[in-house]
Amino acid sequence: MSLDGRTLTGGWRRGHAVVRDLDITVPRGRVVGVAGPSGCGKSTLVRMLALLHQPWSGHVAVDGATTPRVRFGAPASLRRRLGVVFQQPRAAADPRLTLDELVVEPLRAAGERDAGVLRDRTDDLAERVGLTRELRSRRPHEVSDGQLQRACVARALAPRPAYLLCDEMTAMLDASTTAALVSVIGREVERGLGVLTVSHDEPLLAAWSDEVVRPWHW
Amino acid sequence: MTDLEVRGLDVRFRLGRRSPRYVRAVSDVDLDLRPGRLLALVGESGCGKSVLTEALTGLLPSTAEVRGSAHVVRRSGAELDPAIGDLDLLDADERTLRERVRGRLIGLVGQSAGSYLTPTRTVGAQLRETVQHLGSGVDVGELAERVQLPTAALDLYPHELSGGTAQRVGLAAALAGDPPVLLADEPTAGLDRPLVDHTMDLLAATAHEGRAVLVITHDLRAARRAADDLAVMYASRLLETGPVADVLADPWHSYTAGLLAALPGEGFTPIPGHPPELSALPDGCPFRPRSPAHAQTCTDDPRLVAFGDRAVGCVAS
Repeated sequence: MSLDGRTLTGGWRRGHAVVRDLDITVPRGRVVGVAGPSGCGKSTLVRMLALLHQPWSGHVAVDGATTPRVRFGAPASLRRRLGVVFQQPRAAADPRLTLDELVVEPLRAAGERDAGVLRDRTDDLAERVGLTRELRSRRPHEVSDGQLQRACVARALAPRPAYLLCDEMTAMLDASTTAALVSVIGREVERGLGVLTVSHDEPLLAAWSDEVVRPWHW
Repeated sequence: MTDLEVRGLDVRFRLGRRSPRYVRAVSDVDLDLRPGRLLALVGESGCGKSVLTEALTGLLPSTAEVRGSAHVVRRSGAELDPAIGDLDLLDADERTLRERVRGRLIGLVGQSAGSYLTPTRTVGAQLRETVQHLGSGVDVGELAERVQLPTAALDLYPHELSGGTAQRVGLAAALAGDPPVLLADEPTAGLDRPLVDHTMDLLAATAHEGRAVLVITHDLRAARRAADDLAVMYASRLLETGPVADVLADPWHSYTAGLLAALPGEGFTPIPGHPPELSALPDGCPFRPRSPAHAQTCTDDPRLVAFGDRAVGCVAS
């Protein structure tokens, strides 16, 4: 079982493809690193694999299942198998929600209504990513980038996705927070999570990934 | 030649108007910025690094309670410059800060500098306006050259700049008033490694022209590359200071050692536990709960103790 991109081509402006004929496979239980300099199309690749951006040609297959549509048009059963962590936690978190509400939201959206289940799952994730009870009641503007990114990782893991796509997840983080979040995700990888991590930080990719691919040949 | 001497800097935010509880963002910090040297201040996110620069430039919200002193000492030869005299930045009124400090005495480079630019005007127009406003007479072409900003970039609008170029514009704007002191808050966050190296080299070059430069960063590798001195901050306090090569080759504080061991390629091991809440700091050494080996011995005052040109805030390490 794997998340596959097949002959993906796409971009944002007509005639300017930033991803060209790209094949990539993220097996369950493995960490695949994607290296490349700023502006080469790494984030576009992540968005296509996350079913957030329509490729011009080629397709994305989640455990073999494909869909011609993206975003809310794609079947929830496929989208729910994909978690995403973005580079800028501040741009990725609703400023009106507390950190706890951020983590609970995808569980609610997935149809979980049992307050006890929601609380247990949130407590467990918060504990693992290192959010104290006090932090969890704060809103994004009241916490640091590192603390907010911890919440974003918990949010992405909350619905137990099969695959996690990390787009420069640690670019804003210090060494210890980086190592801590990588180890949290590492435990999920042992349980079968497939991870695609995109970064320009070569030592990080070397230490974290099972394999590193360089689709842009730099 | 201008020094900035920070002594006993303490910044607190009260949690609610009547609440007896505080967030202690900066506790009892002593720092010396010396002309010709780049000091890197490193630490985990949320440890109070940014609040420190905001305190020095009078940009804290009015709810902040600030104690201590930050004296600017300008010397020409051995003489004190009477124009600056012995200005305490923490004691200065808004007018002094606006008319004499920001941009003129202290340049500030922010994180993602592009977001500070006016989106509807070209880079060149904004730099010219900054130079004119500060009355420094600096030539914009020369300014661009100094930060290796291509001349063509002066005709671009902010949204047309890449992250690295935007950062160079931010540095150019901070240097527009030719300030003797430069503060940079996470100037390399989000940049890729070649751009990080490039930005740090530029900052080191501005220091070696005779400025006192403070760079706040979470990136130990960037600090190792470009800094002369290092200060390690944790939970609002400095835990260790000294020449960067010495501190990184032989860290005295177990927190500094922990940060090094967390680097990918050097162990990739996170420091166990989490930093304390700045609203609930423990008495004594704030790092003690994460350093079991020192739990018994480190109940003392965590004040820095100097040994030669280094200082450490933990007698057990």
